[in-house]
Amino acid sequence: MCGIVGLFLKNSTLEPRFGELLAEMLVVMTGRGPDSAGFAVYGSGENGRIKLTVRGDDLDSIVADLGGDISGFIRDTHLVLTLPERDEQRVRDWLAASRPDLAVTGAGERIELYKEVGLPADVAKRFGLAGMSGTHGIGHTRMATESAVTTAGAHPFSTGTDQCLVHNGSLSNHRSLRRMLEPKGIRFSTDNDSEVAAGYLSWKLQEGATLAEALEASLDDLDGFFTFVVGTESGFAVLRDPVSCKPAVMAETDDYVAFGSEYRALAGLPGIQNARVFEPEPARVYAWERN
Amino acid sequence: MDLENIPQTLPRFSATFDPHTLAEIRRAAATGIYDIRGGGTKRKLPHFDDLLFLGASVSRYPLEGYREKCATDVWLGTRFAKKPIHLKTPVTIAGMSFGALSGAAKEALGRGATIAGTSTTTGDGGMTPEERGQSQTLIYQYLPSRYGMNPDDLRRADAIEVVVGQGAKPGGGGMLLGQKISDRVAMMRNLPKGIDQRSACRHPDWTGPDDLEIKIEELREITDWEKPIYVKVGATRPYYDVALAVKSGADVVVLDGMQGGTAATQDVFIEHVGIPILAAIRPAVKALQDLGMHRKVQLIVSGGIRSGADVAKALALGADAVAIGTAALVALGDNDPAYEEEYRKLGSTAGAYDDWQEGRDPAGITTQDPELAARLDPVQAGRRLANYLSVLTLEAQTIARACGKSHLHNLEPEDLVALTLEASAMAGVPLAGTNWIPGQTF
Amino acid sequence: MPVVDLAETTKRDLNAQLHALPADTNATHWTVENSEGQHALAVGLDVPITVEINGHAGYYCAGMNKQATVVVDGNVGVGVAENMLSGKVHVKGDASQSAGATAHGGLLVIDGDASARCGISMKGVDIVVKGSIGAMSAFMAQSGNLVVLGDAGDALGDSIYEARLYVRGTVKSLGADCIEKELRDEHKADLRRLLDAAGLDETVSVADFRRYGSARGLYNFHVDNSSAY
Repeated sequence: MCGIVGLFLKNSTLEPRFGELLAEMLVVMTGRGPDSAGFAVYGSGENGRIKLTVRGDDLDSIVADLGGDISGFIRDTHLVLTLPERDEQRVRDWLAASRPDLAVTGAGERIELYKEVGLPADVAKRFGLAGMSGTHGIGHTRMATESAVTTAGAHPFSTGTDQCLVHNGSLSNHRSLRRMLEPKGIRFSTDNDSEVAAGYLSWKLQEGATLAEALEASLDDLDGFFTFVVGTESGFAVLRDPVSCKPAVMAETDDYVAFGSEYRALAGLPGIQNARVFEPEPARVYAWERN
Repeated sequence: MDLENIPQTLPRFSATFDPHTLAEIRRAAATGIYDIRGGGTKRKLPHFDDLLFLGASVSRYPLEGYREKCATDVWLGTRFAKKPIHLKTPVTIAGMSFGALSGAAKEALGRGATIAGTSTTTGDGGMTPEERGQSQTLIYQYLPSRYGMNPDDLRRADAIEVVVGQGAKPGGGGMLLGQKISDRVAMMRNLPKGIDQRSACRHPDWTGPDDLEIKIEELREITDWEKPIYVKVGATRPYYDVALAVKSGADVVVLDGMQGGTAATQDVFIEHVGIPILAAIRPAVKALQDLGMHRKVQLIVSGGIRSGADVAKALALGADAVAIGTAALVALGDNDPAYEEEYRKLGSTAGAYDDWQEGRDPAGITTQDPELAARLDPVQAGRRLANYLSVLTLEAQTIARACGKSHLHNLEPEDLVALTLEASAMAGVPLAGTNWIPGQTF
Repeated sequence: MPVVDLAETTKRDLNAQLHALPADTNATHWTVENSEGQHALAVGLDVPITVEINGHAGYYCAGMNKQATVVVDGNVGVGVAENMLSGKVHVKGDASQSAGATAHGGLLVIDGDASARCGISMKGVDIVVKGSIGAMSAFMAQSGNLVVLGDAGDALGDSIYEARLYVRGTVKSLGADCIEKELRDEHKADLRRLLDAAGLDETVSVADFRRYGSARGLYNFHVDNSSAY
């Protein structure tokens, strides 16, 4: 149970302010999720190179230990490595063998994904969210329901390249779905129901579905209550279950599309007074793609 | 071979298809509807009977009965409410609706609770003047149906109990069959007379703890932050549910085990959904402890509380208070053998009568029939309830003194042992004579 | 004409001031600025005053209202006017889910759309929505009137009791035990009264509406209706 936010910029002049805007949206949702917070930002990227966000302690020596054409920077408990795409498997293997204490939270050309236990304002500050620029991204504040208050259980979840998902609600068939997805090669690192939803979408995308098709399919296969906000390298999508118990409000202007669990989260956005503010309908996929 | 005298095989009933099961199959085949009844589960469950207290002896000293102080009072709602509740005994009366019960029965509950210095609770169907008038401390339930809900009664109440679920039917809504929708009940619930009333299983304007937090804030704003806000849940996943109630801002959590009764629900629900209260208390207390909220957010437990021993055991496991429903009705006169002949006519017997939904209760308690209801004298019945509450309190005090406690709340899990493996594992106390607690417990 | 700026005053102070007003107060018109989607604004009022909120409001705006008129110049969140007893709530923008939930009386007017569960378990309130309403609206509606100038979503009036539903546009689907009923003169008169109360003139014709209500098939259990439960 939680608060979720998302922001997708259409006007590139806002990109330097992206983190500042998302941070404010995130902090307003503290009441819905005081346990932990997280966010994914789609920032700059280089063709042929991939960013791996790694979470854990003692990150200082990793870039040097890895060697090769790899750069990196540290934000609090997270290290973002940038490496040639062809090196991804080697780096992942090295991390698994040499540093099993670390977790890869996200991977992709442009995605960086940060999450920690604590109040959203503190989490945003620790990672310097307000100073980040980006084109789109999603954020989440968590009130843990049936799993532990841990960083691993915080959202967003990413189980595919440049893909991430935040979820508000509670799935009732996630154990069965997990058993269906694991033999198909989808790996899970928590016992969280929302991670299963992320894994489900990754599987559908792997099978060749578009993001919209994957979300459509989830309406048949996922049981329970959900509002999802999903990010991909170039896209941003929203879906609510057919019963739609969990709240959602959206705002669209010429400059951006924004999502919040409550309107309060959107109240500080520029030009919100003249935005088209609407509630996404149940069981309908809303998707935006960058040109 | 003496063919004349071969011993006959005795007729033997199947343990699986026992006579009760066979009768139920035939009833279902004849009617096409599930069995609906009142009360709580009737199956045998691990319960407080499977726990024993370790009285003081040489290693610890008992308190002198009747002379040395053993306090029983309890404060409820101390976290946020400007006006918390102070009760003389930790035994409260659980929510039971006017509609399910007669007006006189509700009045009797109020009278008895008031004499004993404890609280009573409304139910699905609103607050009646009889009940408010006779109850010194009245908890107003806030249910999915919102029958009779209004801000005046909200302000008249001493606390507000947001009901998410109850032990007899966690995840289910309410039900009141047409026989009990009298003119007055129909008016209070804005329903046509004589129809089956179906209540929703979810609240109409919030779902989940993140929205519950906002709902609780609204109730506090309406009542200017004066009233304690309780959240009541049926026992299923108590660790998580209690933690979420606390995070949503509750002052008090009410945890109802599957032995808790109901006015009317499907038998299959009563017997097969939820967990016994014995198994629910420790995880609930653990959740409070993990959040640093034990004793700050109070825990009231219910479901099968019958005696002062049950009260003392529930408190020793970490509850701050208990609530009684079925036992309170029995104290008023429910299932009284004096009406045996009438129970027989209804196809039941005193002690087993549970067709509360039909409104033909010979004891005049679970009915809206004016003639039957007139059988219950609310003053006398209230006195019986007060006597019974007094006995529960005295019994719990007797045990607490024997354990050397000057307040009931100083009873602890370490004062208990279990007689069975099940109870040991569920209550998280050692099997008697050992230091062994089987299984991973909270 | 008190003006309360929520950028400077807390919601708690606003509600406390409104609750403290005597029935014969001269401060009959309040304006609230910078609401920014806050929850539980102007809840539990019980005096004949007008409160105008300039901006969007969050959950449970004007909850449990009695006597007061609350006007929101913006959108409202979940449960606007929930359990209202009397008075009037006017939303100039859109309303989120469960608008007017369980309300016993008074008038709720929504100029824009209302999303899912509009009028859920309504118990006597009159609701007029000038736009469209979402799925599961008037679920278990007990009494009162729901008027919709636009369209209705799925499962309108599921398990409805005696509430009356009037829809001018299309109904995506009807819920269990909800049927279309004849729009008789008495209904037309009642509908006209509701439209007038919502400030709609004769350009909105009562003849364009269809009426929906309970088939009363679920009022007492019958085995052949069990699939509807």
